[in-house]
Amino acid sequence: MADVLFRKVTLAAPDGLVAGELLIQDGKIADFGTSLGTPEGVEIIEAEGAILAPGLVDMRASLGEPGYEYRETIASAAQAAAAGGITTIAVLPDSKPAIDDPALVRLIASRGEETGSVTLLPYAAATRGCQGQELAEYGLLKAAGAVAFTDGAKAIGSARLMRRALSYASGFGAKILQHPEDPELSEGGSATEGARATLMGLPGIPAAAEAILVARDIRLAELTGGAVHFAHISTGEACALIRQAKDRGLNVTCDTAPPYFDLNETAIGDFRTYAKFSPPLRADADRLAILAALADGTIDAIASDHQPRDADDKRLPFAEAAPGGAGLATLLAVSLAQVHAGQLTLAQVLALLTAGPARFLGIDAGVLRKGAAADLCLFDPHLSWLVEAGKLPGKAQNTPFDGRALEGKVIGTWKAGRRVFG
Amino acid sequence: MRHLLGIEGLNPVAVTAMLDLAENYVLLNRSGKTQRDLLRGRTLINLFFEDSTRTRTSFELAGKRLGADVINMSVATSSVAKGETLLDTAATLNAMNCDLLVVRHNQSGAPALLAQKVQAAVINAGDGMHEHPTQALLDALTIRRHKGRIDGLTIAICGDIAHSRVARSNLLLLTMLGNQVRVIGPPTLIPAEIGALGVTVYHDMQEGLAGADIVMALRLQKERMSKGLVPSAREFFAFHGLSAEKLAFAKPDALVMHPGPMNRGVEIDSAVADDPLRSLIKEQVEMGVAVRMAVLDTLARGPIIG
Repeated sequence: MADVLFRKVTLAAPDGLVAGELLIQDGKIADFGTSLGTPEGVEIIEAEGAILAPGLVDMRASLGEPGYEYRETIASAAQAAAAGGITTIAVLPDSKPAIDDPALVRLIASRGEETGSVTLLPYAAATRGCQGQELAEYGLLKAAGAVAFTDGAKAIGSARLMRRALSYASGFGAKILQHPEDPELSEGGSATEGARATLMGLPGIPAAAEAILVARDIRLAELTGGAVHFAHISTGEACALIRQAKDRGLNVTCDTAPPYFDLNETAIGDFRTYAKFSPPLRADADRLAILAALADGTIDAIASDHQPRDADDKRLPFAEAAPGGAGLATLLAVSLAQVHAGQLTLAQVLALLTAGPARFLGIDAGVLRKGAAADLCLFDPHLSWLVEAGKLPGKAQNTPFDGRALEGKVIGTWKAGRRVFG
Repeated sequence: MRHLLGIEGLNPVAVTAMLDLAENYVLLNRSGKTQRDLLRGRTLINLFFEDSTRTRTSFELAGKRLGADVINMSVATSSVAKGETLLDTAATLNAMNCDLLVVRHNQSGAPALLAQKVQAAVINAGDGMHEHPTQALLDALTIRRHKGRIDGLTIAICGDIAHSRVARSNLLLLTMLGNQVRVIGPPTLIPAEIGALGVTVYHDMQEGLAGADIVMALRLQKERMSKGLVPSAREFFAFHGLSAEKLAFAKPDALVMHPGPMNRGVEIDSAVADDPLRSLIKEQVEMGVAVRMAVLDTLARGPIIG
């Protein structure tokens, strides 16, 4: 593996964006700064106008493997991740089988190592089989490498079970990640309740189903001293509750995903199942509230919320179609659209895609640091490209952004100093 | 117009043309003649994923009176593996060179999905809680024939609005044509933010029916009771069932409609349903055949101007 010197790039350094150089030696970041000189025998990459950032940390994605290989394999997800500048993915456990055994946790991690391009950090099931009945073995699972506990896209609906999960996990310093949607209020629904769902004749899910579970779980976190994380926050009301809880010093964090700040419920017009999500896309006022919460730091991270789906999962009547979108390849560019729109700063977006999620996961990644593994993402924030379903890297093609022209493209991705994309 | 998937997307010019054409078919049907050359050699398939005697028969008759070869396909959703049904069926129908496809399905948007995949012109005969456009057209024709116009009227739609595709298609069509539409029902049966569609919401029958020219009652399915949306049929009838006493709140010449099939004593009292001076329910059925002939005729001819 050749050593690499990046020159004439903008470094996304911990103290801000600075013009400079970065040297990779032996797979590690040897040095970075304004001028490093030229060691012998290094490959020189000059990319004027491009930004060299830490490899992105995607704190929440489902991969097709194990169990749904027809949708996606880990190898194909790794291709999509590399093309999207992602070098670390925290993987949801609601696969088939669910990741509820230490051996399965180790399997996911080692399947990541086999790709050589992306680190997979397994979440483990909060309840056995993600069935919402009995607690999983948090201690053993954490020792095997589980980063946190969750039932993935299934909410932990029972208040008693959630209380126990938070309480028991706190003994191991572990966090519970919740799909914040009251299961009884959302049962059978497929779109946000309101004029649009009414017009389309779709069973609705009230936006309040999110706030109700968030409010309950904040209170349970307070009761137990446990740490709760809310996944893909999509409403302004939930943001307000989380903001308050953080102000009170509670152990509460949250993330959102690009569809919730880029799209609104109008995307499901004409029964477009590729815009069907769980939680569903919201009214535009909620989208704007999510952007505000990203800007003011209420939201800790932007996750891809990648959910691979096959055409057969989507070409169904709306209510029967599987929710979820492919999100790895478009994570950076859709987030950058908010920088171009003047809603967020570049530094904010990069922090939400790197240091923010790394802090949540408690891992040494997402920050440029001398001596750290050279996980890097080099991108041109102004290079434009067209999202085309069918031509995205990787197997999953179920993007809600089909046909969109995006500004901001990954030029190269490095994993531990090795170029894995570009 | 290539398909008729809903009232949404139509305009008043197209609707009026369709109603005028249907008017001609009413006369033709009453004269006992048929027009068997119009769709001769064309195949109409009634594809029903949900049971319906009335609508299917109406389309069958409409197709036959225009000379089409009519085939009825009933597909019980439960017997077919989920997911395969619709697109596999589309492929089968394409292979059969079907020209006109009448679809009923229990899922909103299913006819729209089929329309993307079949070569035939698709007519939505009711999809989930979404739309039932030919019902709205036949209701409009019935009203126009009795009131002499289909604008400036006050029309009250009563009962289970939330689960009703008939209510959605009707309120879209009737507001588009310039009528005041009210929906009346208990709050649990009124869908969220329906006011945004241009209707006024009432929960009390006396208030909602005051000054109404037309009163439409909707079927209340037993399932609504078991799911706890209303406590019982007798409570529903007491407060929201259309009885002679409640009808008296409407204009003295107000007329009564119901898309059928009726639950007598639940959403409508027999005395009202069978009142020859007030009830248009039987005539709705007659208008249904004429309207469906007009729809088949229009789709077979190609795009509507306007």
